[in-house]
Amino acid sequence: MAATNSDHIQTDAAVKDVRISRISSSIRVIPDFPKPGIMFQDITTMLLDPVAFKDTIDLFVERYREKNISVVAGVEARGFIFGPPIALALGAKFVPIRKPNKLPGEVISEEYSLEYGTDIMEMHVGAVQKGERVLVIDDLIATGGTLVAAIKLLERVGADVVECACVIELADLKGRDRLGDKPLFVLVSSTC
Amino acid sequence: MFAEENGFFGDPRIKAISDAIRVVPHFPKPGIMFQDITTLLLDPKAFRYTIDIFVDRYRDKNISLVAGVEARGFIFGPPIALAIGAKFVPLRKPRKLPGEVISEAYVLEYGTDCLEMHVGAVQPGESVLIVDDLVATGGTLSAAIRLLERAGAEVVECACVIGLPLVKGNWKLNGVPLYVLVEPRLDDLERTL
Repeated sequence: MAATNSDHIQTDAAVKDVRISRISSSIRVIPDFPKPGIMFQDITTMLLDPVAFKDTIDLFVERYREKNISVVAGVEARGFIFGPPIALALGAKFVPIRKPNKLPGEVISEEYSLEYGTDIMEMHVGAVQKGERVLVIDDLIATGGTLVAAIKLLERVGADVVECACVIELADLKGRDRLGDKPLFVLVSSTC
Repeated sequence: MFAEENGFFGDPRIKAISDAIRVVPHFPKPGIMFQDITTLLLDPKAFRYTIDIFVDRYRDKNISLVAGVEARGFIFGPPIALAIGAKFVPLRKPRKLPGEVISEAYVLEYGTDCLEMHVGAVQPGESVLIVDDLVATGGTLSAAIRLLERAGAEVVECACVIGLPLVKGNWKLNGVPLYVLVEPRLDDLERTL
């Protein structure tokens, strides 16, 4: 939607701001979870506010509607909450990216680093075709390790990862930088 | 009850949904014909039909909350909640939810597991729909019903994409009606993923 007069742009930004501030306020911060010193960003309270949840989905759909996205990939488990509504609105496929041994068919696996040790992420073989335009969704980006692993899985099958999208970014952890040339779009940036 | 017995007989959407589900034999162990809904999610029309049939059923039932069982209930529950203007509550495996929780244990074939819900997510007297991809023994859904009833909610129905009556002709779980779109299939269709 091309805005050609400044009032329209202002109105657009003002409406967006109201939605974003409601979304931001609806997220609960839980101190010292899962361990001391971590301020956990709890999106479950946003899911209890149907207006905020709908606005969250609408903001993503508005951004990606004209971008010819054929696949939305959601990272287990909170990516499963946001990815499918976006996929449905875009008419795109939804592909779950899962912890090991959950997907029943043939999978490809990607290992990634945790603070201590490593974990593995899997995707079904054949779910995504070479050249498909993909959006990767998770609720939150922290260090970026999970998203990097998801991007690698998708690129290994020849997909074009157009963007990563999260509700929240923990800006101090600089996950955005770890994504390299992959753009990141977030609704709320937190410096807790 | 099956959707087909409740006005959807011959509805091509039901066939499209059933055909889109992949059967993976012997997963997670020999003898189990696993009903894989990931192929349904790769068919945007069939996924859309699935949500639409549930939304049409629940839209006018004054449901204020949809509870989804981790993890595949997280895929089907939120789109239904969004369409009917309800809250969404995730029911999770232990130690995933960060706030204060109530827990309900349930029996597995070997051992037990536990389902948790945030305290305060549900208000007493709320009308609730529980959603999961599939009902087998009903153990998980029974635990979900108990959690919600302990919080004072009224569970209106449990909705699953795939399932069978728990005992022939019995479509209630702890007194709560069960609504299912399609039966499990025993074999797979000729398919390329």
